[in-house]
Parts: sequence; structure tokens; C-alpha cells
Amino acid sequence: MEFPAHLLSVLIWLPIAGGIVALVIGDDGDVASSKAGLMRVTTLLTSLLTLAISIFLYTGFDKTTADMQFVERIPWVEALQAYYYLGVDGISAPLILLTTFITPFVVIAGWDTIKTRPAQYFAAFLILEGLMVGVFAALDGLLFYVFWEFMLVPMFLIIGVWGGERRIYATLKFFLYTFLGSVLMLVAFIYLYLQTGSYDLLGWMDAPLTMTAQKLIFIAFLLAFAVKVPMWPVHTWLPDAHVEAPTGGSVILAAIMLKMGGYGFIRLSLPIVPDASGYFSSLMIGLSLIAVVYIGFVALMQKDMKKLIAYSSIAHMGFVTLGFFLPWHISGSSGAALGISGGMVQMISHGLISGAMFLCVGVLYDRVHSRQIADYGGVANTMPTFAAFAVLFAMANAGLPGTSGFVGEFMVIIASFKANFWIAFFAATTLILGAAYTLWMVKRVYYGEVANDNVAKLEDLSRREFLVLAVLAIAVLLLGVWPAPLIDMMNASIDQLVERIAEPKLLQAGL
Amino acid sequence: MIGLQHYLTLSAILFVLSIAGIIINRRNLILLLMCIELMLLAVNFNFIAFSRYLGDETGQVFVFFILTVAAAEAAIGLAILVVLFRNRQSINVQELNTMKG
Amino acid sequence: MKSYYLTIVLAPLIAAIVAGLFGRQIGRAGAHTVTILGVGLSTVLSGYVLYQMLANGAPAENLSIYTWGIADGLRMEIGFLVDRLSALMMVVVTFVSLMVHIYTIGYMHDDPGYQRFFSYISLFTFAMLMLVMSNNFLQLFFGWEAVGLVSYLLIGFWFKKETAVFANLKAFLVNRVGDFGFLLGIAGIVLFTNSLDYAEVFAQREAIAGETISVFGGTPWNAMTVICILLFIGAMGKSAQAPLHVWLPDSMEGPTPISALIHAATMVTAGIFMVARMSPLYELSVTALGVVIVIGAITAFFMGLLGIVQNDIKRVVAYSTLSQLGYMTVALGASAYSAAIFHLMTHAFFKALLFLAAGSVIIAMHHEQDIRKMGGIRKYMPITYWTSLIGSLALIGFPATSGFFSKDYIIEAVHASNWHSGTTMGEQATYWIAYLSVLLGVFVTALYSFRMFFLVFHGEERMDAETKSHLHETPWVVTVPLILLAIPSAIIGWFTVEPVLFGGFFGDAIVVSESRDVMSRLGEDWHGQVGMLLHAFKTPVMYLALAGVAAAWYLYLKRPDIPAAIKEKASGFYNVLDRKYYFDDLWIKGFAGGGRRLGDFLADKGDRVLIDGVIVNGTANTVGKLAGIMRQLQTGYLYTYAFAMIIGLTALLGWLIWLK
Repeated sequence: MEFPAHLLSVLIWLPIAGGIVALVIGDDGDVASSKAGLMRVTTLLTSLLTLAISIFLYTGFDKTTADMQFVERIPWVEALQAYYYLGVDGISAPLILLTTFITPFVVIAGWDTIKTRPAQYFAAFLILEGLMVGVFAALDGLLFYVFWEFMLVPMFLIIGVWGGERRIYATLKFFLYTFLGSVLMLVAFIYLYLQTGSYDLLGWMDAPLTMTAQKLIFIAFLLAFAVKVPMWPVHTWLPDAHVEAPTGGSVILAAIMLKMGGYGFIRLSLPIVPDASGYFSSLMIGLSLIAVVYIGFVALMQKDMKKLIAYSSIAHMGFVTLGFFLPWHISGSSGAALGISGGMVQMISHGLISGAMFLCVGVLYDRVHSRQIADYGGVANTMPTFAAFAVLFAMANAGLPGTSGFVGEFMVIIASFKANFWIAFFAATTLILGAAYTLWMVKRVYYGEVANDNVAKLEDLSRREFLVLAVLAIAVLLLGVWPAPLIDMMNASIDQLVERIAEPKLLQAGL
Repeated sequence: MIGLQHYLTLSAILFVLSIAGIIINRRNLILLLMCIELMLLAVNFNFIAFSRYLGDETGQVFVFFILTVAAAEAAIGLAILVVLFRNRQSINVQELNTMKG
Repeated sequence: MKSYYLTIVLAPLIAAIVAGLFGRQIGRAGAHTVTILGVGLSTVLSGYVLYQMLANGAPAENLSIYTWGIADGLRMEIGFLVDRLSALMMVVVTFVSLMVHIYTIGYMHDDPGYQRFFSYISLFTFAMLMLVMSNNFLQLFFGWEAVGLVSYLLIGFWFKKETAVFANLKAFLVNRVGDFGFLLGIAGIVLFTNSLDYAEVFAQREAIAGETISVFGGTPWNAMTVICILLFIGAMGKSAQAPLHVWLPDSMEGPTPISALIHAATMVTAGIFMVARMSPLYELSVTALGVVIVIGAITAFFMGLLGIVQNDIKRVVAYSTLSQLGYMTVALGASAYSAAIFHLMTHAFFKALLFLAAGSVIIAMHHEQDIRKMGGIRKYMPITYWTSLIGSLALIGFPATSGFFSKDYIIEAVHASNWHSGTTMGEQATYWIAYLSVLLGVFVTALYSFRMFFLVFHGEERMDAETKSHLHETPWVVTVPLILLAIPSAIIGWFTVEPVLFGGFFGDAIVVSESRDVMSRLGEDWHGQVGMLLHAFKTPVMYLALAGVAAAWYLYLKRPDIPAAIKEKASGFYNVLDRKYYFDDLWIKGFAGGGRRLGDFLADKGDRVLIDGVIVNGTANTVGKLAGIMRQLQTGYLYTYAFAMIIGLTALLGWLIWLK
């Protein structure tokens, strides 16, 4: 038994417990009260403790095997053969690390900017953290579904309570979109349960299925995950949700919740219904390329910074789905795993970069209370340090080599060239479009003469903000200069996945 | 000779009358309650007629049950009516449309 | 040697980080001290590395530093390939960079962003060294983009200037168009070789040339041609070849030292370096070489013409840079890679010199850049004058200057190339385009160079009295780099022409297939520098250059009314030149504007109207409308419900009975 015991359970329940403690402590309805201070410290310590414990996940992780690690399995609902079954492999472990890494930033970023109901705000994030880790760690279908759906609740509240003016519209859209998709996923789960007699995700991967069943299951999964990613054309909830969400909500939404969709594809769709995934792969690649090109153009013309970053997220997530569905189009011995690895790296990297960019918008919003690009101009004059960070993250968003944003895009583009010249061609337009929409925003917001009195009055980063952005900047650069640790972590699992999808399930079943 | 069919016909007439009362009456809530009672009586009639016809006592036991429940119902109904009147100063059915969609 | 190489690369990086992050703590003097030390160390060590190779015959080294990542059997590594090609580039880069560092002390003296500037140029040196020392495509692309980043930051250094931040965005985006092709080219290489390492790729080059790839429809293309053209698109962006040249003139919005360092001597030559480095690949695709030579020729001639109508001192030099880059590209296309690199080196010195001299004039003129407001500066600034003269002479290829040797051999190479001896129409056409362009280009070069030279340093003094009263020679930190650059500009050609072009200097670094080896053919006729000088009198090149100088003298000093008259008469042609052949309009209004309109259209009609309006809210509205209809049934009256119940009951009963 590795140390510490029940690592994954600790990572799930510690933040949830911390969140409940924060709720119990409360805030006396006053941000400045001593209770609120205690509550904030508790929250921060919990998130940092979770982060510290999650380091064991990295140090204790065996990179050489594709098997599930840190496994916990106890009966949960005996009648349904459902288990409390947790475990990670090279695909989920990096995402859990991303989750525990990002959450403390969100706590610090909301430190004194959240004035209403702070205790509930912070508690929501901690509980959300636990639930998200739960999604990544669950190996039981029912458990996965429970975490998956429960995750919506804190997010729904975060946007609905602490959001902007149109928050009701945004939350409804967010909830309906995501919920509609996941209900169909439940139907697919129930079908799989009836076929196999268990909710074991790993068991499902080995279960033979007919092509029709596979197609239907794939479509059900597709609706659930495509909404989360989000893929064109079910993406429109994201810009609205981002615009209305508070900074912390946007960060979690972009950095982690979107990854749920990608994770769903790679954990469920590809291995459970490989033949149907292959059948639909051209469609998926088409949609991914539309996300890259179409959304790139849409992002160019956004007037709201958060909307722009939201659209850029959609375009970047297009690379994730593109990489995942390339294997069926690559003939020859190599390249299939490259695309999937690239998609995975892109998810982690996008988590860091989009999180950082939303934090940057948050820094400006806290001071000027506007997200409109037109309300800024020449910010670099009054906030030089901040502008340096902003340009760095913008460059990372544009996929500059040396930053993490490049790694995934590079791998996916190379893999897509192996599939088809034109796939690579359209994927590579992100080099131009990504730079265009990001740097044009940088130009209008940060460069030029001081545009108005609001900008003239801006103060540079506080130490708290500096700390947050500096740590993220280091992470982005480190991952860009030396991504090997991350890639190595995933290799074994992705190789196994590629083997699995290369073997038709239909033949096994003799159908 | 008065046979089963006469009882059933009477019961049917009573039932239809009460339905007509419910549908046509748009003024008085008390009348509505009375119509419901009448409807129940019509059902009771059927029970007794069949009980006698088939020689099965169970039907008559049911009638007692229904009578008791009807009494309780009437009590509750009237109580609601009183409260309603106190609140709205009216028992006009036409005005009671808070359930309108 | 590994530690030497690491020091060469890391010294500027560390200096840049120190100056950038702790600029406030170490102050202005600290910033320039630390960066000059860093770059100085690199310069000395680079010199040492080159010396070891030349004097002691040190072998080329190919070593890996660390593994960036391994995915799916594709090794992505960071490592150095130091052979004579990269060693030469390292010396050029670090030396020019060091000069620019010193010069900057004077040029940026009063600028509030002093430390930031030093940090950037040191960072640039690091990035450029990474590019030239790379032993694999990944690191090449890293350096490629990193120099682009620093260029972006430096063009927009004065970020308050609207024109500057416009220019830097434009530069970055146009470069990204090139990088788009470049990255696809790299992906193509990985497709066929499954490797990013130069050595492994070159070892498999024959195999690539045997493959085909279908790009448009079913037509199979030679894989090597596709890859080489894609890579060359990257070079077109970085080395500002038409039609991706539009960013370079605008990049002059940046401070002059970086115009010298980045936009003349080093970064813009990265494309030339890259093609030379990839010579084993290009040699296997004649089609790609044809594209290279034609693009180069067009750039060399037509961009030179634009230099004649410019009035901004830096822009004139910028267009001359474009034209000279075209020359280098032509040399590449003629398979005369060593001539291209040779011209790259001499050009780095004399063009850096010209830019720094222009900067010196600009300082003295209090940041006035319009040559129509200068004139007669010679007597106020003798050092700047003489160094400019050396630079200009080298640029036009005046005999015995460094530019003479390098440019002459490019023209000779085109003349002797396989394109000339080719038999097909296409080959002949390519040859004549290239040859006429480079030949006429000589006249044009001389004309615009000396037009500027005469307008600035000779003739009547057109500046206002206020400026004139302050006009004096610039301080030593400015003039010393000028002198140090003037020396190689004047003489380096004489000493290096033989070893670099004919001495097998580059060894295995440059591969030319035997049948196309134009330089070795030329080498057979090599009779020493003096012989070449004498030979020059028999070729039209020198006379064209002298004619250009004479024309400039006559038109702009003697009879300045003639150009004005020409401008009047041929206003149509003048406008075409003045608007730079409308390329700016094509990019800005055509592509950028079109992209924005498309974006607007998609955002509005696609996302807002179609998806949100019709699909999302449309669904919601349909549900809403249906609910509205249903809701009419809910009257709220008890009797309606009772009636509905009865009807329902009757219907149900009726159905049951009827069913029976």
C-alpha cells in the first residue's frame, strides 16, 4: 500500500470536508469580520494541503505501466453491482494534478474581491474541486455519473449567485446544455450496465458490442462530451457562461471543466466504442477543424475580453478533439499516439494558460469593472509588470514555442499531417488566427497611449496577484521548455489506448 | 316489478344530474359540493343495487365506507369554503381561477 | 566543448533575465554592463570555436543537451550542431550583437525603457544562437519563433506610438503566415522520416525524394518539393521575401539599434541560413529551387526600386535590405549556398553599419528621419560620413569592398548556374528573370544608396536653424561601433572570399549535388582577389554600379528638378512605387480586413443568429410557444376541468367498448 493510504479518496473528500467547514465557520455576512478571515484561511489551507498531498500522486506514480494505480474498491450499492471504485492512470493523473494546482489560485484570486456571501463562495470552489477530482478518479460508471452531475451544482451556484448582469440567462443555458447531454450519457451507461451486469468502466472497455449499439452509445456520449468540450455547434453556452461568471468561476470553467469533455472522449468513447469512434472520426475531425478555423475568426471580432478568451478556448479545445480522433486516419506504425498525446498535453496546457488569461482579465475587471476592450488602452503605461505577464500569457495562447501552448499544438499538427495534408493545413491556421485574435487584443488593451482616466488611475499588481500570475507563468514556461515529465507520465497509458482502439471490438464478439 | 335496471337508471339520472350541476353551475360553491355528494349517492345506489342483486354483502359495507368518507369530505369542503369566503368575500365559482395557466 | 556551447547560448539568456527582471535593482549601468558582459563572453567563445575549426581543424560536433519529450517513438530533443556554417553564423551574430549593445548605450541614453531594451536585445541574441546552433527542427522552430517574439517586442518597444504597435502586430502576423508554412514543412519531414534530427533526416533524404504526396485532388506531388516549398514559405516570412516582405519596412518603427541587429544583420537572414542548412533537401528538388530563385529575383529587383522613392532614411535602408535578401535568395536558388552565406556575412557587417550610421544621423538630427530635411551633414559628422561611405560602397559592390566579392559571385553564380544551361522553356525563363533582376538590381542599388547618401551628407543644408545649431558628431559609444563595423565592411571580403567560397570552407555543412555545383565550377576560374578585380572591369556589373552612382549624383545633387519632373510626368508609375505595389493594401485591406469581416459575419450570422438564434433559442422558443398554446386550456375553472374529465372518461370508456 502506497503512502498515504487512500490517496484518491483523500483528494476527493478533503476539499469537500474543507468546504463544509468553511460553510460552518461562515462569514457573519461581513467580508472584514474575523470569522470571514478564519474561513478564508481555512479554505486556502485546505486547497494548499490538497495540492501538497496530490504531489504524492506524482511522486508515487509508476510511469512504466498502463494499469490503474492507487486503486480503491469497496462495494457501494450492492444491488446494482456499483462500487466505490477509484484509480488513476497516465490519462487521469495529470488532470487531477491540474485540478489541485489551479484551485488554490482561484481561492487566492477571490481573496478580498468577493464581497457577497464569501463563505459560500469559497466553499463552493472547494466542494467543486473534490467533485472534479472525483470525476477524474472514478472507475465505476455510476460513481462517475454522480460526480459528473453533482459538479454542475456548485458551478451553477457560482455563476448564478456571484455572476454578472445576465447571469440567470447564462446559468440556465449552461445548466440545460450540459444536463441535456449528460442525461443521454446516463442512458448509455444503463445500457452498458444491462449488457455487462456491472458499472465497471474497465469492464465496459472489454465488452463486445454490436455496431448499432456502439453507434448509439457514441452519439449519447458525444452529446454529453461535445457540450462540455465544447465543440462547434454546441459551444454557445460557453461565452455566455464565461462572461457572466466571476473570475474564479471562469478560471475553473476554462481550466478544468472543459477538460471533462476531452477526458470523457478519451476515457469512455474511444475505448468503449472504438469502432463507432472510428466510424464517426471524420465527422469529429471536421467539427474540430471548424472549431479551430470558424471560432478563430469569431474570436477575432469579440469586443469583450472574456468572450474573446472563451472563444479562443473553444478553438484550442478543437485541437484536443482533433488529436483524439486522428488515429483512424493515420496509416502506418506511428502517429496515432502522437495525436492523442498532443491532445492531452493541450488540455493541461490550456488549463494553465486560459486560467491565467482569465485571471488577467480579473485583475483589470477588479479595478475598472469593465471587460470591454474598448474601455482600455495603454494599460502597459500604468501597469508595466502586469502587462509583461499579460503579453507572456498571450504569447503562450498564440502557441509560441517555449511556452506550454506550443507543445500540444505542435504534436497534433505533426500527427495530423500524417493523416492528411489538408487536416494539417487547417489545423495550422491557428498559428495565424491564434496570434491574430490574441495579439490584436493585447495591442488594443495594453499598448498605445493611456486611453482614459480609468486606465490612468490603474495601480500595478498587488503582491497577491503577482504571486498568482508568477507561479502560473513559471508553470507555463517550464512545461514549454521541458514537457518530458508530463509526456512520459502519459505514454504508457496512451500506448495501451492506441492498442485497444486498433483492435475492432466487433471481431471479438464474433459479430 | 322494480328490477335492477330501474335502480341503475335512477342512479345514472342522479349521476348525470350531478355532473350537469358541476358543469353548468357557475355561481355557487355550495351547490358544487352538493353535486359531489349527489354523485357519491348515485354511486352508493349502484353499490346497493348490485349488492342486493348478487347477494353479496360487501357492496353494502363499501357504501358505509363511502358515506363516512363523504361526511368527512363535506366537513373539510365546508371548512375550506368558510376560509375561502373569509378571504375573498365570495363563493362565486367564476371568480375562482387562480389555477389559470 | 559542450560547456563552451552552453555558455555561448546561456550567457546572453542569463544576462537578459537579470536585466529584465532586476532592471530596477541593478540600474541602467548595471543593465548594460551585465548584458554586454554576457554577449561579449559569447562573442569571444564563438570566435574561439570558429578559430579552433579553422586553425586546428576541429571537427563538427553534433550533441544532444536534453530530451524535450518522447511521444510515439518521435524523439524531440534539444541539442547543438556546431559545424563551420553555424560557427560562422555564431560569430556574425554575436559580433554584430555586441556592437549594437555598445551602440545602444549612446542611442537609448535618455530612454526610460533602457533596461528593458538591453534585456530584449540580449534575449534576441540567445534566441538567434539557439536557431543557428540547433541540430533539429524543433529547436530550429523554437529559435525561429523566439526571434520573431523579440522582434515583435522590439518593434513595439515604444508602445505608446500607435504606428509602432501597428507595425509590430503586422510583423508578427506576417511572420506567422510564413511560420504556418514552415511548421507544415516540418510536419511533412516527420511524416516521411519520423525524426526531427537533421542528421537522421538528411540520411533519409533520398527516400523522401522518392515519395509522393497528393495535395490538390489526386495529383501526386514530389514529397521533397512540397516539403521544401513549405519550408521556404517560412523563410519568405522571416527573410521578408515578396509577397511576405510587407512587415520589414514597417518594422523601422522600432529603435534603430534593433533595425541594425534584427532587421538587417541577423534575424532576417535566418531564412537564408535555414535554406542553406537544408541544402541536402533542396538539392533534391529542382522545382523548389526554381521557386526560391524566382521569388528571390522578384524581391531583389522590385524591392530595390521602392528604395528610390522613400524619404525616410531608415526605410531606404530597409528596402535595400529587402533587395539584398533577394540577392541571397537568388544565390540559394542557383545552388550557390556558400555565396549566399558569404553575402549574408558581408551584408551583416555593412548593413548593420549603414543602419547604425543612419541612427547616428538620427540622433544628431534629434530624431528627424526625413532625408528631405537633411543635407550637407558631412562637415558636422565626419566619422559618420566616412563610415557611411564605406558602407554604401560595400552595398553597391564597389571593387575591393566586401560587398563587391559577395555580390559579384552571386551574379556570376546565376550566370553559370544550371538554370542558364537548362534546356526547357521554364529553366530558361527562370534564368532570365533571375539574371536580369540581379544585374539591373545593381544599378538600382547604387541609385537609391547614393541618392540617400548625397541627400543626407552633401548638397544644401535643408534642416531648420534650431537643429543645425545642435548638429555635431555623436559620442564615442556610437562612433566606435561604426568604426569597428566599417573595418570588416571594407576588407573582410578580400580576406575571406577565397576560403569561404572555394576553400571547401563549409565542408559537409552544405551539400550540393555534383551536377549543380556552380561554385566549384566558378572556383576553376579563380585567380586570386586581384584577378577578380581585373575581371570586374570586363563585366557590366561594375559599370552598372558606377552608372547608378553617377545617376544619383546627377539627379539629386546636380539637377534635383529632374526627379521632380519625372514624378510629375510618370505619376502613375510613381504612385505604384509609392504605394509599394499595393501589397500593403492587399494584406491590410484584403486579408486582414477580409478576415475581420468574415469574423464579424460568422460571429453575427453564425453564432448569434443561426446557432443561438435559430437552434438554441429557437428550440427554447418553440417549446415556449407550444406551452403557450397548452396553457390556454388551463382556464383555472373547476367546471372546465370536470368537463374535460368527463369527456376523457367517456372517450376512454367508448374506446374500450368499441375495442371489444
